[in-house]
Formats: sequence, C-alpha cells, structure tokens
Amino acid sequence: MSTASTTARPVRSPSRRRRATWPGRGGHLFVAAYVVLLIAFGVVPTVYAVYFAFTDAGDNFAGLANFVAAAGDFRYLSAIGHVALYLVCWLVSLVVLVVGLALVLHRLRSGGVSRVLRFLYYIPGALAGAASVMVWLFVLDPTVSPVSFLMRALGFSTFGQVVAPGHLPVLFTLIAFWTGAGGWIVVMYGALNNISPDLLEAARIDGAGAWRTAWHIQIPLLRKWIVYMAILAFAGGTQLFVEPQLLSQASVGVAGRDYSLNQLSYDFAFQNNNVNTAAAISVELLLIGLVVAGVFVARSGFFDAD
Amino acid sequence: MLFLVFFVLPVVWLLLAATKTDDQLVHGNPLSFGSWHALAENWTALTSFQDNAIFLWLRNSAVYSFIALAITLCVAIPAGYALAMNHFRGRRTLLVATLVVMLMPNATLVVPLFLEVNAVHLIGSMWSIILPYSFYPFGVYLTYIYFSTSLPRDLVAAAELDGCSQFGVFRHIALPLAMPVVALVGFFSFVANWTNYFLPYVLLPESDQFPVQVGLGTLLNAVPQFNPTVGTAAVQRPELALATLLAITPVLLVFLFSQRFLVAGMLAGATKE
Repeated sequence: MSTASTTARPVRSPSRRRRATWPGRGGHLFVAAYVVLLIAFGVVPTVYAVYFAFTDAGDNFAGLANFVAAAGDFRYLSAIGHVALYLVCWLVSLVVLVVGLALVLHRLRSGGVSRVLRFLYYIPGALAGAASVMVWLFVLDPTVSPVSFLMRALGFSTFGQVVAPGHLPVLFTLIAFWTGAGGWIVVMYGALNNISPDLLEAARIDGAGAWRTAWHIQIPLLRKWIVYMAILAFAGGTQLFVEPQLLSQASVGVAGRDYSLNQLSYDFAFQNNNVNTAAAISVELLLIGLVVAGVFVARSGFFDAD
Repeated sequence: MLFLVFFVLPVVWLLLAATKTDDQLVHGNPLSFGSWHALAENWTALTSFQDNAIFLWLRNSAVYSFIALAITLCVAIPAGYALAMNHFRGRRTLLVATLVVMLMPNATLVVPLFLEVNAVHLIGSMWSIILPYSFYPFGVYLTYIYFSTSLPRDLVAAAELDGCSQFGVFRHIALPLAMPVVALVGFFSFVANWTNYFLPYVLLPESDQFPVQVGLGTLLNAVPQFNPTVGTAAVQRPELALATLLAITPVLLVFLFSQRFLVAGMLAGATKE
C-alpha cells in the first residue's frame, strides 16, 4: 500500500452495475478442473465420512451406534469441554485484541512505521503448524525461555508445571493468537483504511474523540470483517490437533494424546483401528462446520460482488 | 509495543538459540549471540541426524508445496474468472459449494480422506498429499471477488468488439490484470501447504516422505529434555531450534517477496494501488 498520501487515495465502492457477462457454455470449460477437485476432495470424503459413520466394521447399517460409542467414550466429553473452553478464550482474545491493535496501528498512520509494524505482526503467521509449536515449547520452558524471569515470577520453575492440564486452553490460545492474529490485524487495518476519510473528518469536527470515533464509526463499519474473522477462527478452533499432539509428545503425556476432538478421531482410527467411530466424530465436526458456514453464507453479504 | 515484543521476541530468540550450545541456552543471557562455532556444530549435528534427514524433509516440503501451488493457480484462476464473468448453468450452486467448503476447516476431512485414499491404494504416494493441497476453494473465491470488482468492463467490451473470443478475453485482458490476485492466491496456498501438519501426518507413513513440519515432530521426539526415553541418537535443543529456523525460512522469503500484494488483495475492490 502506498501510504505517501492518505487523502488522495481514490475511494472505490464496488460497482453495483452488472459486469459484462456471457451466457453458459465456455464457463464450464473454465471450471471443469476445479469441479473435479471439488468432487474428489470435498464431496467424496464427506460421503465417505457419512458412510463409515453409519455402518459397522462389516459394512452393515449401524444406525447411530457409532455416535453412541463415541459419546460413551470416557474421553469424549472432556475433549468437547477442552475444545469449548479453548474456543471461548481464543475468540474473545482474538476479537478484542485484533480490533484494538488494528485501531492503534491505524492511528499511528505514519507510513514507514506502520508498514514495518504490519510486516512484523504478520511474521508469526508464516510460522503456523509444527514450527510455531516448537517455538512455544522453548518459550514455555522456564529453563531456556527468553522470558524465564516472568515465568519464575508467576511461580513456574519446570516445563511440567507450565503445561499442567488446567493451563492448556490459555497456552493454546497464546500459540493460536501468535500465529493467527497478525494476519487478521493486517486485514482489519486494510478495512480501516477503506473507511472514507471524510467520515472520520466529520466525526472529528463534531467533536468525537478517538474512543467515540472508534466505537461509533470504525467498529460498526468493521462488523462484517469481525464476524468473518470470528467464524473462521471458530471453525479453525474446533480443529485443534497439532498443538496438543506435539505438546503431549514434549511433556511426556502431561497433556494427553486425546485432548481434542480431532485427536480423539485420529486415535479411534489409528490406535483402536475403529474407523467407524472416528468417522462419527468427523461427521459431528463436519456438521458444526456446515452449520456455521451455512449461517454465514446466508446472513452475510458474501454475494455482494454479484 | 508490548505486542510487538510478543510477536517478534520468540523469533529473535530462535535465531539466537541456533548459535548456542545447550549449556549456553540454559545458563546464558537468552538474548545474547552464542558463537559461529556453536552454530557450525549444531549444523553438523543436525545434518548428521538420520543421514541428513532435514534436507530430505525440506526438499519434500518444497516439492509438495510448489507442485500443488502450480496446480492451484492453473485451476483456481480460470474457475474464479468464469464464476465472475460467465453465467453458466450451476454457477450459483458452485459458488455456494465453494463458500461452504472454504469455511469448513479441512482438518475435519483428514480421516475421511485417509479412508478415500486407502480405498484407491494411494497411501504413501506423494500425490495423495499434492492433489488435496491443490484443491483450494479460498483461492477460487478470492479470484472471483477480484474479477467481479476489478475487471474494467469497457476493456472487455472493446475486446469483444474487436472479435475476441471468451478465451481471448481471458488470455489478453484478464490474465495480464490478474497479477495481484495470482500473487495473493499463490502466497496463501503456499503457506497453507507448507505449514500443513495433520494431513501428511496421517497420510504418509514413511519417514523419508515427511514434509519438514512432520520431521520437526520426529526431531522433537529425539530431544532428551522433552522425551527422557530417547536413546543414543539424541538431538540437542539448539539443533531443534536450527531445524525450526530452516523450516520457516522459505515461508518468510516468499512472504517478503509477495508482501506488498497481501493487504491490497485481501480487500476486494481495494486492489487499486
């Protein structure tokens, strides 16, 4: 983004006019390859999940037996509890902090500084997956941590104490925030830049301070992005896998191998050789995702471009 | 500013940790530089782990990510373009399907995908990773938004007057203007592929096929402080830090190169710089 002058930027509103479009035929050729992939890796696995979820090991129809078996497993409810608790921590901190930081970044407004800041905020986003967990294993280990003084002040002297089960939702939130928030801060910042300067100017003339401008003008205009972020973060949050999996490796089982729903599904499939119960859990997660996605597609202006 | 520290400090610490001995890591100042000598030692130790496995893993990651990236671009850009410009039958269904799949985290489908890949006997094939990576609905959606809002209508009309076919318009008008969205889709899909852990973890049984993310898990298992049962082939913590650094470097490089497109493209209609 060229930030040399913020007022001279053309403010574009998406045109409401229908674009030049053509009828049928050619379109099918353009989308053919994509449709093949969509069927192979979107539709077919879903069908597989449903099929296995409702059959037994002998391919006979099993009704809801697999769902009952999953729900009856002693780890099931606690896994749901873990994920729910984590989601609450994660969503609240994400929405509050990302919007707050984006507003701060936007107020700074001096091109060079905010460009560097945006870059630095975004770096951890590139470190998702196992790499970010490695980084945090070190940061959370008081013997080597760069903030060990802080951890000792909080009363932790060993890694085992830090990763006690009660702390895990907060720790996973930390890791997720570290990898996920930067990108969203950048997105929100961009959305703030799209708000017409005249509007902010008018608010200023009317005597609104930074707080009131943020609360009455900027945040309402960011609503769509905030909802979008919350939905994606919620859907992604239900997927917790790599963090607890690696943490349980590193903590010699302090954090269980069956902490999250995805881990449980994985365990059923590959430790107990019970793909049917694993598929039942997948179907449940799929349903959650489907409901969330459905609500979102129905309620949001996602077809605005049309 | 506190947040800046939160975001950046761990990465800085990681850089420095790779230059220390394990002893310095524990007793030294966490934000001091170790020595080039220690870095060289860590390098030697890391590359000798399982006969230079780290490079094999990095190579695997690169192969999977870049092939998938190429396929993604060839598939997603035309598809997004057609969704924006053509009113073919089934267009709306395809749009809704794209949105739904895009909003559903793909980790849910990993176990079912395993069942599917198993059914066609492709477990352990690199295509069982590359093809699912290539399916990137978010890229199609971004392209669709981009062309819906940013393709100048009069250009298209002029080209049609000149007798351009649909394919001609795509080739001569849309593609040259598509650079920002190509960079954006390319960047996002590359990062998503490179950092994916769950899918290869489930679908690739052999260590010599691991991408670097899964390889890091192998290294972690060989660190005595994290896994007391480890035998003689122990990995020291600075070596793990160095391996993590190697795992994130390609992503940071790609990020540096495509950074200026990121904000622009994220906001449909704000792509005019």
